Amino acid sequence: MPVSAQASANGRPSIVADYAALPGVPDELLAGDGSIRPVWSGLIERLDRLGPEERDRAFARGAQYLRDAGVFVRQYGEGKSARDWPLSPVPVIQPAAEWRVLAEGLAERADLLEAVVADLYGENRLVAQGHLPAGLVASNPEWLRPLVGIRPASGHFLHFLAFEIGRGPDGRWWVLGDRTQAPSGAGYALENRVASTRSFPGLYADSNIERLAGFFRAFRDGLDALRQDAGSRVGILTPGPMNETYFEHAYIARYLGMMLLEGDDLVVEDGRVMVRTVSGPKPISVLWRRLDAAWADPLELKASSHLGTPGFLGAVRAGGVSVINALGAGVLESRAFLAFLPKLSEVLHGRPLAIPNIATWWCGGAAERAHVRANAHAMLIGAANSTGLPLEPEAGDVLRGEMAAGGGDLGAWLEAQGRELVGQELVSLSTTPAWENGRLMPRPMRVRVFMARTREGWQLMPGGLARLAASGHDPSAVSVSSGGSVADVWVVSDAPVPGDSMLAQSGEAFVRASPGLLPSRAADNLFWLGRYVERAEGQIRLTRAYMSRLPETPAGGTPLMGALGSWLDERSLDMGQGVCPEIARTIAMAVNSASTVRDRFSVDAWASLADLERTVARLADTVVPGEDAASAMGVLLRKITGFSGLVHENMYRFSGWRFLTIGRALERALFMAELLATFGEWTGPHGGFELCVEVGDSVMTHRRRYSVTASRDTVVDLLALDPLNPRSVAFQVDEIREQVSLLPGANVNGQLSALSRAVLRIHADLSVLGPQDLDHAALTALSRSIGDLTHDLHAQYLD
Amino acid sequence: MRYDIRLTIDYAFETPAAGARQILHVMPLPIAGRQRLVAAHLSVEPQPSMRRDRVDFFGNAVTELAFAEPHQDVVIALAARVEVSGSAAPVGPSPDLTWLMWALRAEADLGPRSPLHFLPASPHAPPVAAIAAWARALCEPGRPVSDLVEIIGAALHRTMRFDASATTVDTPAAEAFAARHGVCQDFTHIMIVALRSLGIPAGYVSGYLRTLPPPGRERLEGADAMHAWVSAWCGPDAGWVEYDPTNAVFAGTDHIVVAHGRDYADLAPVRGAMRTSGGQTSSQAVDVIPVG
Repeated sequence: MPVSAQASANGRPSIVADYAALPGVPDELLAGDGSIRPVWSGLIERLDRLGPEERDRAFARGAQYLRDAGVFVRQYGEGKSARDWPLSPVPVIQPAAEWRVLAEGLAERADLLEAVVADLYGENRLVAQGHLPAGLVASNPEWLRPLVGIRPASGHFLHFLAFEIGRGPDGRWWVLGDRTQAPSGAGYALENRVASTRSFPGLYADSNIERLAGFFRAFRDGLDALRQDAGSRVGILTPGPMNETYFEHAYIARYLGMMLLEGDDLVVEDGRVMVRTVSGPKPISVLWRRLDAAWADPLELKASSHLGTPGFLGAVRAGGVSVINALGAGVLESRAFLAFLPKLSEVLHGRPLAIPNIATWWCGGAAERAHVRANAHAMLIGAANSTGLPLEPEAGDVLRGEMAAGGGDLGAWLEAQGRELVGQELVSLSTTPAWENGRLMPRPMRVRVFMARTREGWQLMPGGLARLAASGHDPSAVSVSSGGSVADVWVVSDAPVPGDSMLAQSGEAFVRASPGLLPSRAADNLFWLGRYVERAEGQIRLTRAYMSRLPETPAGGTPLMGALGSWLDERSLDMGQGVCPEIARTIAMAVNSASTVRDRFSVDAWASLADLERTVARLADTVVPGEDAASAMGVLLRKITGFSGLVHENMYRFSGWRFLTIGRALERALFMAELLATFGEWTGPHGGFELCVEVGDSVMTHRRRYSVTASRDTVVDLLALDPLNPRSVAFQVDEIREQVSLLPGANVNGQLSALSRAVLRIHADLSVLGPQDLDHAALTALSRSIGDLTHDLHAQYLD
Repeated sequence: MRYDIRLTIDYAFETPAAGARQILHVMPLPIAGRQRLVAAHLSVEPQPSMRRDRVDFFGNAVTELAFAEPHQDVVIALAARVEVSGSAAPVGPSPDLTWLMWALRAEADLGPRSPLHFLPASPHAPPVAAIAAWARALCEPGRPVSDLVEIIGAALHRTMRFDASATTVDTPAAEAFAARHGVCQDFTHIMIVALRSLGIPAGYVSGYLRTLPPPGRERLEGADAMHAWVSAWCGPDAGWVEYDPTNAVFAGTDHIVVAHGRDYADLAPVRGAMRTSGGQTSSQAVDVIPVG
């Protein structure tokens, strides 16, 4: 393939010389006459100018960003886990003028949806007047009866919507489905944007591409305005880390500077929703929920839900909280509404839908049923009240009229079940270029676009999340659902676009916001993250000490290796393997804790922890006990201190950091006290003092300070009592004391908390002791009282 | 008939529970022409930090409670006097299944007593093929719906063995039906599933039952605790009828209605949630004594 930017026979740059649109459907890149649409020319010229190597490097920059940021999709099911985000590096490009028309049409649709949902939870006139079949509403699982009659505190049911859209054969945009419950994808769109700007930095800056930040800022400002008093806050309610889009919840929370909350973080008091924080309960009056409504309150909705907050509906009923979108708004996601919205637009707005939705027939009427039956070959027929993604076949659906084996006759099925079925036209979609195997290929595409209610009305995000089919064989909308990739969407303006970000604009008054509140659950996870990371480090150091002694150990063993072996054994560290599984387990626990507080970490810190976990898994396969294992431990040690360094250098000194630091200091003090209690005794095995100094990473210091061979007193002095040695018990207790004194409620009008008193006691004990006082019994007692601090911490802040 | 009703529900927690919340459905329901609530008092020990009385979607009286302070024991006590003057046996003609289907299609009401709420699956009454097949076999074409309600209810009573220890509140209808045993709740859920499978809207009624029978009559099952039976919609003219499959009778003046719902989940006597690590035990005592 030619590399240089020569025009080919059809006058197009060589990179698209043999790109051909599929017959019968429009293409985003090529106009009907085969010419490149003007908005694409900048990108195509750039791609063409870059040689294959430079191009690959550009694409790799975007992919690298996504890997580093930890963008992934969690997949449900046995043996499935997170998988990489399948970004196609070539964005979809749309002219701003067309986007404006889309924005107007979709704003009208959003208003229509608002009117319908307000009626369904209000007077139900649309049903009474026969515009919606009553039975269809009654059997809609998202029509939540406990919410009937409740007006939302914000005045609106809908604040943030997503629409699945596609361009049909006529070149117009069609709505494939409405997402009104808790639409996901906006965060992924943001991440895609960062990746595509990494791939094409200069081009992005010069090409009048509309920025996304303004959309999010307007939405956030809209939410802030819904707060009932200035002291209350806005939070994002997530189902938690097991949810497939949790990554996005954490990302958006970080991006918008909102608290990320789980149902368990909230309590209802006097008709208000409060966040349980380390500073006590604090009011929250606006929640952007990413949790499906049925799970929000085990008391009145799904009783088995562990994700919700008991009494939440009581707070909604009392008007104490604005929920975005209102609980129950998911009723509109049912496929059947697409059959009625065109008519409802006429009834409620007096005009047809500005942007049509895909043709849908409710099979409850005889004429509709006959039509569906006659055209079944071009339809998807399925449950009327399904809230699955539009045109994604589900179990029991009939695609193109082909009944499953044993499914019986289509006509009989329609007659018997018609009231519960809809038929939807399998619309063909436009194609857009995807980068596959070194060339651009036309792939059917649909786009998820996002719309937010702002103080100036509905705003459409100037971008979106495009999904591309895996192959070009089937232009129908259903092909996009399986496999395939995603792409960024660029909206290109005719005029230069100012740069923008979520950071404060110059000219805006600078306000230093008070640091956010720390939910107790997040504090708990940070504390345990600190403990697990430090525990892993201790395990790695001990393993290294053992493995490096292994080659010189005589066949019969030595007393030190015997004692060390059994000490390790008590801690489940199996020295029969190069990398013992316990280390991997501890790191997995750390990753698990960290994953629940991802909104509080820098991307780099997360990436380094993920890297550590991958490295352990890789080394576990190959490393054998002995020198090999010792050097592998060195690798792990450098990685784990990389993570600690990033956290301690970069994390803002707020309560969250303090809990993490307390966890780490507590674990390190505990580890050292236990180590000294066994190996720091005259009666211990020969070489035990040197082991303590080595594991305590204090070989150089010991040599410099004492310039003698290690004795019991020098070792205990350096590793237990020396307040300047960061590896000593005293140093860590000092750190705990310092951090505890800065936690909320540590000292109320001169009265110390139980935790503060316990820490002070340990600190005082340590300061009056000499090395000779710290014998086995004293060290054992010390480690016990340090361990007990966990209970005091829990009782005061984390329960 | 006038009754004095006493209900005591006692909850004990292994470890003191903080932040407990409960929703109660225990208050007898006023029903025009059938049941009058003369007087009632609901007391809760210890004193809850929040108590709110309201009406739920289905028109039932609901009491919400919250306890901010940790506690180990809650006692809910109801004393009520009720006058029952009517029954829920069928009156007036009811259509056959085909006509019932057409009548349902004409319904455009989504109010609390609309039959449309009671046809789709609900959490405790999902479709069960075995129950549907059993019901279909009992179904004689052309019979009025109210007859079918009685036929199915009576057949269920013959088929099932009342066994207070065989099932729990969470036992699925399919399981209780397969084993052919259970308590009033199981009888009721199975009958709801059966009727819905035929296209008859059916719901759950909770209430109280006269404790001791009138002289010369047998004591009814389920009188020691809150009872449950079935309501079924028999078309626009006959409306709702209520059948008690545990005792094979239409609900009469021995039955006192507390609440209507699609199934148990809509009207459990006590629905609660709390943050506690330990287990809990509860006991329930009911006395329904005729007066005057």
